[in-house]
Amino acid sequence: MTEWRYWLNEQRGTLIGLAIFLMMFAVYIANHPAGLTANVAQTAANKGVLLAFVAMAQALVVITAGIDLSVGMIFILTNCLASWIVVGSPLATTAGVVGVLAAGMLCGAINGLLVIYGRLQPIVATIATGAVYFGIALLLRPFPGGSVNEDLADAVTGRLFGVVPASLVLLAAVVLLVWIPFRRSVAGRAAYAAGSSEPAAFMSGMPLRRGKFAAYTVAGLFAGMGGLFLTFFTYTGEAAYASGGGYTLWSIAAVVLGGVSLYGGRGSAVGAIFGAFAARTTGDMLFVFDVDPLWQPLLQGVVLLIAVSIGAAGLLRVRNRLEWFR
Amino acid sequence: MSETSEGPVAMRTRLPQAFRRVDRAVLTAFGCILLLLFIGSLYSSNFLSLDYLLQQLKVASFLGVVAAGMMLVILLGHIDLSVPWVMTTGAMMACAAAGFGTLGPALAIPFGVVCGALFGLVNGLAVAYLRIPSMIITLATNVVAQGLMVLYTGGFSPSDSAPAAVRWLATGHVVPGVPNAILVWALISVAMVVLLSRTSYGRSIYGIGNSERAAYLSGVDTRRVVMIAFILSGALSAFGGVLLAGYASKAAQAMGDAYLLPSIAAVVLGGTSILGGRGSYLGTVAGVILITLLQSILSVMQMPEAGRQIVYGVVIIAMLLLYGRTPASR
Amino acid sequence: MDTSGNTAAMPLLRMEGVSKRYGGVRALENAHLTVGTGRIHAILGENGAGKSTLIKVIAGVVEPDEGRMLLGGRTISFRSPADAAAAGIACVFQELSLIPDLSVADNIVISNPPRRFGMIDRVAQRRIAEEALSRAGAADIHPRALVRDLPLSRRQMVEIAKALARQPRILILDEATSALTASDVEKVFAVLKRLKAEGLAILYISHRMHEIAELADECTVFRNGRNVESYVAGTRTDGEVVEMMIGREVSTVFPAKPEPSPDPPVPILECRDLGWGERLRDISFSVGAGEVVGLGGLDGQGQRDLLLALFGVLRGTSGTLLVDGTPVAIASPSAARVAGIGMALIPEDRKTEGLMLPMTVRENLSFATLDRLTKRGMIDRDAEQAAIEEMVRLLGIKTAGLDIPVGALSGGNQQKVVIAKWLMRKPRIVLLNDPTRGIDVGTKQEIYQLLRRLADAGAAILFYSTDYDELIGCCDRVLVLYDGRIVRELQGEGLTEHALIASALNVEQADQLEGA
Repeated sequence: MTEWRYWLNEQRGTLIGLAIFLMMFAVYIANHPAGLTANVAQTAANKGVLLAFVAMAQALVVITAGIDLSVGMIFILTNCLASWIVVGSPLATTAGVVGVLAAGMLCGAINGLLVIYGRLQPIVATIATGAVYFGIALLLRPFPGGSVNEDLADAVTGRLFGVVPASLVLLAAVVLLVWIPFRRSVAGRAAYAAGSSEPAAFMSGMPLRRGKFAAYTVAGLFAGMGGLFLTFFTYTGEAAYASGGGYTLWSIAAVVLGGVSLYGGRGSAVGAIFGAFAARTTGDMLFVFDVDPLWQPLLQGVVLLIAVSIGAAGLLRVRNRLEWFR
Repeated sequence: MSETSEGPVAMRTRLPQAFRRVDRAVLTAFGCILLLLFIGSLYSSNFLSLDYLLQQLKVASFLGVVAAGMMLVILLGHIDLSVPWVMTTGAMMACAAAGFGTLGPALAIPFGVVCGALFGLVNGLAVAYLRIPSMIITLATNVVAQGLMVLYTGGFSPSDSAPAAVRWLATGHVVPGVPNAILVWALISVAMVVLLSRTSYGRSIYGIGNSERAAYLSGVDTRRVVMIAFILSGALSAFGGVLLAGYASKAAQAMGDAYLLPSIAAVVLGGTSILGGRGSYLGTVAGVILITLLQSILSVMQMPEAGRQIVYGVVIIAMLLLYGRTPASR
Repeated sequence: MDTSGNTAAMPLLRMEGVSKRYGGVRALENAHLTVGTGRIHAILGENGAGKSTLIKVIAGVVEPDEGRMLLGGRTISFRSPADAAAAGIACVFQELSLIPDLSVADNIVISNPPRRFGMIDRVAQRRIAEEALSRAGAADIHPRALVRDLPLSRRQMVEIAKALARQPRILILDEATSALTASDVEKVFAVLKRLKAEGLAILYISHRMHEIAELADECTVFRNGRNVESYVAGTRTDGEVVEMMIGREVSTVFPAKPEPSPDPPVPILECRDLGWGERLRDISFSVGAGEVVGLGGLDGQGQRDLLLALFGVLRGTSGTLLVDGTPVAIASPSAARVAGIGMALIPEDRKTEGLMLPMTVRENLSFATLDRLTKRGMIDRDAEQAAIEEMVRLLGIKTAGLDIPVGALSGGNQQKVVIAKWLMRKPRIVLLNDPTRGIDVGTKQEIYQLLRRLADAGAAILFYSTDYDELIGCCDRVLVLYDGRIVRELQGEGLTEHALIASALNVEQADQLEGA
């Protein structure tokens, strides 16, 4: 095999996620009455970026062979917090942004502490912390409301040079400044190793706990960024239980579409971004095809069902049945 | 390591598995139930009255039925996230069937349960034969069920009221003083204990939960076992929904939303490993009662929703830290 | 590191009175060991003799309860494998310690990756990996390949390269050659001899006496957690060593084979032109009642696939399978075990494929027979108890009770449970996939006896083993596989170690044919 084939093999999941997204987006644009205008791209990007942040958070935890069912609630909590503190003078706003991101990290770190040092199963631990985070969100915003620094909000959700959606640039910056350094760090490698084979990683003397803790904390940071972005997008904070649950569920779907293995060790947050955009596009497609709103939830479900089934089709080609069970 | 003992095989008293497996987790869960009752009694003397306890058991029975199905799936090392809307589907379909002709009311309950079983079948086929992770496929079928119900009701809460038979099943009395829902839960519980401890199907579930590879190579049709467990889980979820509709006298959208997390929590607080293969049904019963009491106490204390969520989460974490921890790695 | 060399056997590592208990079990009891620089020190002992625990203590995987360790004269105590690695101790473990989803290069530098600006330097990492791979004699492995895409023998070479990349002072190899091909073993030996000359201290654990004879300078024998004796290599006969290991005289190792009868036995299992992609080709053979037929050859030539194909695990096989002369289609293990066929497979890995470790001995023993122990939908407990007791007696399974987790038994007894679980069905065709790997000498002998007894009772037995002695001692005939084909069939006088190795390597075939 030549070098690029090894690269292809490493990036397979991410590339499949990209292909799924491009295919769906092409169909969407082809059928959109306006075609690919800067406006359409901006709207699609803003909605996609919201889920992309949450999906990246989910991907980090899934890579360690965990799952974070509280990720949507961190998203909601940081949204409610941002609607209080990201206001006022540039200095106050900056402090507010830092505060919101720190709150997200703290939530992620608590999850990490419970899973790593408390030795709880991620699925149940995050169900419980999710309830707590939602409760706090409800304390902050019993009723929808609040405000946000609108200049900043408009800048982040607007367009650069009139064409490029600013949210995409922001997302790319986060990938470059947070995700890539994490992946190339020892802690990041330990997080992958923990997901791939924890006993082997332990035997090799890897800093497993540090790696997993970093993954959970950075996941909290990403979810916090998502919550912040939601505030910029909606100008308000709202403790909506259904919305939090929905983001959690769709983040898992996005991670799968983006080629991250739910068994851990394989995939990347970049794949999760593509998965998130693909998942978002399904909703938009129903819109351009002018589907009766009553049918939309059903069709979304069916699309999701088909997408994950196609993802599993590879398993049918397995020639040794023992490979079914890993 | 060297042999620790030799000689004839020790004859153990052959207690049913459900009791042999009573472990620290189950005892702790029951201990916590007593503690909650004690705390509750400080707030209100009604807390220890028979009426109140029966009322709690009745409320617990809906969760209990759902958690029974959830436990089967969790024992296999899977999870069923389609509970909320499968419950709603069961309830709505039962109410809908009651409106059809003279046979309708009689078939209402079976029809609702069959609808749930059908969703379970889809889940089971996908998990067992297509090897799609259960977390993903049940999430997708939940959305599909939701879509179907939204379509069916036209986006509004249906006016369907629960038929008499359904209401009787949930709130009537065969035994004076004991709501039928409790009896239904008790019957399902007996069936679960027998299934898990006395049948080869039950053994297969534990076997698959521990090592599906080994179970498959032992000649067990593991795919069928997994599929049936999901069908049972779907049917029991729908049945729980039917009972709930009888209790509330009507089926409503999102009526199942409040049952997903508690059903998982009840199974896990009862000592069943979320990774599968280990756990006793008795523990699940304890977990169900525990969660129901906790919710009841929080509402008796008139805590606002936000506080309830926080206390609920913190209590679950505290209890898990108490006994739900995986063994240390070295 | 002092490489000035020939101050032979300067003690580098000393262990004094080290003990370790797991629960009530003494894994290591007052163990003493001295390892010098520039020496290869072999550790011998049965499974459960304490070798693994000894290594784990040195490697920092477990902490000892008592005793002390000195490295270069200084007392040391390791709290984690990372501590041991920092002190210059590198291990090649029997159970692979590679991360399957990371690349070969990622794995090789895993304990201390080169860093620039806080991030892993991938160029330097690649260079280190290539260097280590070529040092280990495995330059054919691409550093970017993912470990999970490599076959077992290549992974083992990566494991060795990984240990070398740490520039260790002490190198520990625990059954490191058990998964290797013959040519790799030679490469590894050459590497080890070179490292020894460079002044490394090497601890070498193996079951293979001839490997130890070729490599070791000193040997220490362990039994029941204690070091029984240390001696200079070559000063004891194999017989004496075996005696030290098991503490009793070994009589006949293999049960007597029956005289080959003039008439061929009635074939029970017959296989015609079996194929499976590139992995199995044109496989035709038959196994008769009362026969023990071996599968030989180098590891990974299709023997495992053949057993799995017969048992209905593989999809897309071609060819015909006949049982009692009738063609049968077996699509799953549940189809293979039905009464008319009566096939059983003792799988390769008892921990993941043979047993459910946390479940009780009782549940494991009856697991494959529950369909026959069920009456009116319920498990008949009396029948189950009777069947289990019969099996415990028949195989002499040593257990503290039927309701303890099977994972608490020793390796040999666990393997007996796997076998018993299938014998309970009274199978007529028994397939065994390397059933004696990693178990003690005593249990091995019991398994040999058992196989012969089953054959005498009329069963057809197909037996794959990586151990040539075993194939020669146990089998009536041996089919040698090479690259997915049966290249030779050896029997009677022709079944010798020389013939087995020659046909396994698929060499000298021309000579043999000329001689015939």
